[in-house]
Amino acid sequence: MEVRTQDKYTLTFWEKLYIPEILKGMKLTLEQMLKKKDTREYPEEKWVPPPSYRGAPVLVLERNGVERCVACGLCSRVCPALAIEVQAAETEHEKERYPELFEINMLRCIFCGFCEEVCPEEAIVMSPTYEMVFTRYEDAIFGKDKLLMSAEELAPRLEFLRSHR
Amino acid sequence: MITITIDGKEIQTEPSKTIIEAAFEHGIYVPHFCWHPALSISGNCRMCLVEVEKMPKQVIACSTRCMDGMVVHVNSEKAVQAREAVMEFILINHPLDCPICDEAGECKLQDYAYHYSVGESRFDEEKGLKRKRVALGPRVLFDAERCISCSRCIRFCEDLAGYPELTFVERGDHVTIETFPGRQLENPYSMNVIDICPVGALTSRDFRFKARAWDMSETPGVCPGCARGCSMDMWVRQNEILRLTPRENQEVNNFWMCDRGRLESFRHVHEETRIEQPMLRKDGVQLAVGWDEALAAAASELRSWKGDTVAVIASPYDTCEDNFLAARFAREILTTQFLDILPHVEAGDQDEFLLREDKTPNSAGARIAGVTPVDDAHNLDSIVEGLQSGKIKAVVVSDVRAHEHAGFMQALGKAQFVVAIVSNASALTERADVVLSASTFAEKLGTFLNFEGQLQLLRPAVNTTENERWMGAFAMSRLDKFASEFDRWGRMKRYDARSAGRVFSLLAQLMGGKWGYDHPEDIFEEMAKRIEALHGLTYEGLGRWGVRLGSEQPGHLLPYKYSDVRP
Ligand code: SF4
Ligand code: SF4
Ligand code: SF4
Ligand code: SF4
Repeated sequence: MEVRTQDKYTLTFWEKLYIPEILKGMKLTLEQMLKKKDTREYPEEKWVPPPSYRGAPVLVLERNGVERCVACGLCSRVCPALAIEVQAAETEHEKERYPELFEINMLRCIFCGFCEEVCPEEAIVMSPTYEMVFTRYEDAIFGKDKLLMSAEELAPRLEFLRSHR
Repeated sequence: MITITIDGKEIQTEPSKTIIEAAFEHGIYVPHFCWHPALSISGNCRMCLVEVEKMPKQVIACSTRCMDGMVVHVNSEKAVQAREAVMEFILINHPLDCPICDEAGECKLQDYAYHYSVGESRFDEEKGLKRKRVALGPRVLFDAERCISCSRCIRFCEDLAGYPELTFVERGDHVTIETFPGRQLENPYSMNVIDICPVGALTSRDFRFKARAWDMSETPGVCPGCARGCSMDMWVRQNEILRLTPRENQEVNNFWMCDRGRLESFRHVHEETRIEQPMLRKDGVQLAVGWDEALAAAASELRSWKGDTVAVIASPYDTCEDNFLAARFAREILTTQFLDILPHVEAGDQDEFLLREDKTPNSAGARIAGVTPVDDAHNLDSIVEGLQSGKIKAVVVSDVRAHEHAGFMQALGKAQFVVAIVSNASALTERADVVLSASTFAEKLGTFLNFEGQLQLLRPAVNTTENERWMGAFAMSRLDKFASEFDRWGRMKRYDARSAGRVFSLLAQLMGGKWGYDHPEDIFEEMAKRIEALHGLTYEGLGRWGVRLGSEQPGHLLPYKYSDVRP
């Protein structure tokens, strides 16, 4: 059997003395303690993602309380993870069609943003939401009650999408 | 015979043919909206413009007749330019409705916009506004904005169905479709306009917004609505049939089917009355039991009634295979000659186009498969008489609509033991001592024989607990392929049902029969050996359109299959 050996590291005299090395280490620690911190006290302190961030996909709710989505099913078709289920139905509104059921399985979703890209109505967008914890499988399937988010709240992302068309 | 050249290909044809006909006959596709091989020529969409050498302008292929030595270009620069211009004109007033339009995904205009248009619009004025969601009749909805005024719907109603109900009104870009004053689009074939409309201007009120074309699987089948047995496609999502559409079969139904068949013939598959598993009467109460128990109970009871004290009522709604085994079960196992089917005729509901009075798909097939009384003393009337007089004491019924026969049901009340092999609950199953849950036409493989002698294959589109989608001859949609047990759309409703043929086979084995079949194809093989009319036939040989039994072969509308010629 072939065995690979690694050259053994031999300590220098100063290193063998130990004390100077400990002091060196303490100096580094002290220096870092006094520097500006990069870490955050999560979850007390939360990061606000920039508009380019792709968090959980959500549905845009218009001011009049109606979702933009017309249940065309394109997001569901394009989704590589088959995370989206849409069931269309008829509405009295001018747009004729709305999603009677709209579900995203957040355990399937890979946050690729394809759904947002394909949507002809700008109705599904990637929100800044990145915190998702579930204890049961069913909790990970978001229905319309959890998905709808007002257009105002999503304004930065909508703005970003328009400026990058 | 003359010779013309289309895109460099020399073609022998007749001067009576138009360029588009000659092209399609030879597998060359010419884009078109208003032309349809089964309809009269109207030549108003201009999409089929082709370049003909020595002609000053491009001509429409649908109404220009072939001439000897003609040189036609479908894809030359001039022809392509003309087509792009036509597409641009058509799209000027066409709304950007695809996201809410039911036609999306199977829309000629969408496909052509992709294949034959420049992909950009120079039109920045306001598009014309017209009426939307107009109910032209009880089954068809009209969207005037989407209409491209091809007149296919008008021509279908007038020329083929024989019910002039639709017409153009107004002119120019105000032109639209209306029904004649005081009339509705409500003829028995009205929904065919939905299929031939090249856009989503005419849509089904029943299917409206139910599913996207790409989310369903499409299984070729045969309509069980009447003795015509129209070829159709079953569109299934989440193991549920959502719609039927006619399938081109020039030996049976050309491109059409009737509204009643389209809307009603499959309802019982998913109805609440569906029997979900076998049931057995114990101390006067029907209880749900397993297959083994129910079959054993039926077999042991039937053993005591052998001979002419028992009768079998087979079913013209079941396949030839089912009926073949019903007949063998009666004659070989029960040793009775009391064997027949119930007729289901609606007198007068018949015409030259498609509809037949006989509202069963396979009466002819049941007969050919052996469900034929040996003489008048053993036919249906004699069975009813026998029941009345108490001579016949036990009955096995596989006709799901037996309850529609008042006389028979009344006589059945006298029977001492009734076995029902049916899919839906009715007065029959209430009376039955053993109910064996049968699968429907949409859940099994088998054959139907229509009144003209066309033997067609039906394939399963909906699965029962007996089979798995990935195992059988099932068409699979994307969702079927990738669903996991955790996805709601992966958990599908499945009935614990078996085909009548399989049930007869199992009963026969329990009662000491030496035969039994696991697969319909094995049954058919046996039938092909025993039944003269079926000699030499196989499932594979039946193909997509079936085979005409007997010497008289059907005439064809066209010398080619329209749906097989593709761009
Ligand atoms: S693509 Fe947009 S409009 Fe279409 S179903 Fe998805 S969210 Fe709704
Ligand atoms: S982000 Fe990607 S994976 Fe998630 S729902 Fe949209 S398309 Fe599907
Ligand atoms: S008819 Fe076709 S092109 Fe027009 S909106 Fe409907 S799918 Fe789109
Ligand atoms: S409704 Fe459809 S079939 Fe009728 S004219 Fe308009 S586009 Fe043609």
